[in-house]
Amino acid sequence: MDLLIDTLQQLFSPLTAAFAIAAIGLNVHFGLTGLLNMGHAGFMLIGAYGYAIATIQGAPIWLAVIISLAGAGLFALLLGWPTLKLRGDYLAIVTIAAAEMVRLVGRTQALEPWTGASTGITGKEYKEPFEATSPFPERLIPVGPFELHGTASSSWWLTLVSWSVVALLIVLYWLLQRSPWGRVLRGIREDEDAVRSLGKNVYSFKMQALVLGGMIGALGGVSYALGAQVHPDSMGRPTTFLIWTLLLLGGAASVFGPALGSMLFLATQFLVKGVLDVFVPDDIVSAPQAETISLAFVGITLMLLIIFRPQGILGKRRELAING
Amino acid sequence: MAKKRSNAPAVHPAFADVPHEPGAPKPDPVVVAHGILRKFGGLTAVDVDHLEIQRNAITALIGPNGAGKSTLFNLLTGFDRPQNGAWEFNGHSLSSRSPAQVARAGMVRTFQLTKALSRMTVLENMRLGAAGQRGENIFAALLQPLWGAQEEAHTERALALLERFKLLEKKDDYAGELSGGQRKLLEMARALMSEPEIVMLDEPMAGVNPALTESLLDHIVQLRDEGVTVLFVEHDMHMVRRISDWVVVMAEGRIIAEGPPHSVMSNPAVQDAYLGAHHDTDLSEGQ
Repeated sequence: MDLLIDTLQQLFSPLTAAFAIAAIGLNVHFGLTGLLNMGHAGFMLIGAYGYAIATIQGAPIWLAVIISLAGAGLFALLLGWPTLKLRGDYLAIVTIAAAEMVRLVGRTQALEPWTGASTGITGKEYKEPFEATSPFPERLIPVGPFELHGTASSSWWLTLVSWSVVALLIVLYWLLQRSPWGRVLRGIREDEDAVRSLGKNVYSFKMQALVLGGMIGALGGVSYALGAQVHPDSMGRPTTFLIWTLLLLGGAASVFGPALGSMLFLATQFLVKGVLDVFVPDDIVSAPQAETISLAFVGITLMLLIIFRPQGILGKRRELAING
Repeated sequence: MAKKRSNAPAVHPAFADVPHEPGAPKPDPVVVAHGILRKFGGLTAVDVDHLEIQRNAITALIGPNGAGKSTLFNLLTGFDRPQNGAWEFNGHSLSSRSPAQVARAGMVRTFQLTKALSRMTVLENMRLGAAGQRGENIFAALLQPLWGAQEEAHTERALALLERFKLLEKKDDYAGELSGGQRKLLEMARALMSEPEIVMLDEPMAGVNPALTESLLDHIVQLRDEGVTVLFVEHDMHMVRRISDWVVVMAEGRIIAEGPPHSVMSNPAVQDAYLGAHHDTDLSEGQ
């Protein structure tokens, strides 16, 4: 019973919101524009570092958020500048490498005073200003069967704030995808040359999408950092693939897909791990092994999804039935 | 309805005094190209000394396979860069401009292999074609009142064009669900959304069934009658004879002949290019 409640709680946890935000960013890249960004975790990591380091240096919350957005925007410009004029595959190669570079630079000993090198930045170093804004009391608060702290770390306050951000971003995505701007991006997804022949500056539109999606990814990173800690190795390639899984499960190019995919997938992953922990004796599957198996679950889901339901839960089957 | 044009050798009045020779100057050229050279490694794909396209007329660009017609199209529209050469559109240089800049200047093309945007509806395809959309700015996009009225005007024009191209009942279908010929029509209609001065059609009839061909031809003639300049690449000589006012013949990258459609095919250089220089020599044994 506890496991069930914990699983349900996972549905709306701040961590789920963080990944939903990141997936919305990837949806701008891939779902709307067709950009193959294989380094989305790098954008998250830049966002997390940007926020944490700025806060530690004494910046107020709004400035720290702007710094992390600017960092991700700059990163997107740097990535897009050489690659967006080339075929899509090049962006995939460059993003996967660049995200690794961000992680490895974050880990370097030389930057230890800022990034904490491989140990990262612990939450208590930068969470305080955000927690100070909480209107909730500083104790565990039960709501129905769920119980969370009012202000600290993965709190009701962070839950409220991060899901509000998710809601705002869903509205933003909805507004953009129905606009002429979104239409140009969908055109680019279908055939760049056709859009060029109609007088649109494809490079500029792709760059805008890359920057916007990257900034949303950075917000996901900030949200993640506020619920956990900044740790370079927790935002490596597996995280990028996890975000892809969430997006494809929910349905790329759909408005609610990224959020729905995050909720369903992260809760299910949590349940799988929980069932292995609770019902399978430790001498058959130990706790670290359960963790690994739940990661294997990511890969298996991704494969099954691509084979049996490539349009995801909310995607349009009819759209996908069209070849080229 | 389009005017019925007879096959009688009536030369378009604008071409009355134009000499029938490669690079002939036209009375009112909209495009003037000079010294265009494009090589792919050792192969010279395009080597055009001089070419003028008459305004408000239908010019056909013909030639055997590999003559460089599509490459010339790509060069003129910015999709490819020549090693050498300059060209003007309405007196403004278009050399080394991007495809988007060329299109915004009023020179819009279609493609030999149709580029319908498959997973967008027919109507969305059309709306995308409109130029100068305010809602294409990322910030304005968020505020519908800023672009809603313009969008409505574009939609109206799109529907009118779709009706003309007999695609109106397909407006909510995905472009990928259309037949090959319908996609050709859609691409042409989409190109017209930006109200171009010149449309460049790369093999508009390829893969279109004969029943549709007739209406496509009528559309092209109608365009000219409305003041649009048309330049098209085509293999179908019947079509070239029926609608074009002037024919430019290319072979091996060069322009080898120009003239009105009824007489250009009898030019010996053209016959050589199409049939080989020895086409009238009997090579059979015993002769």
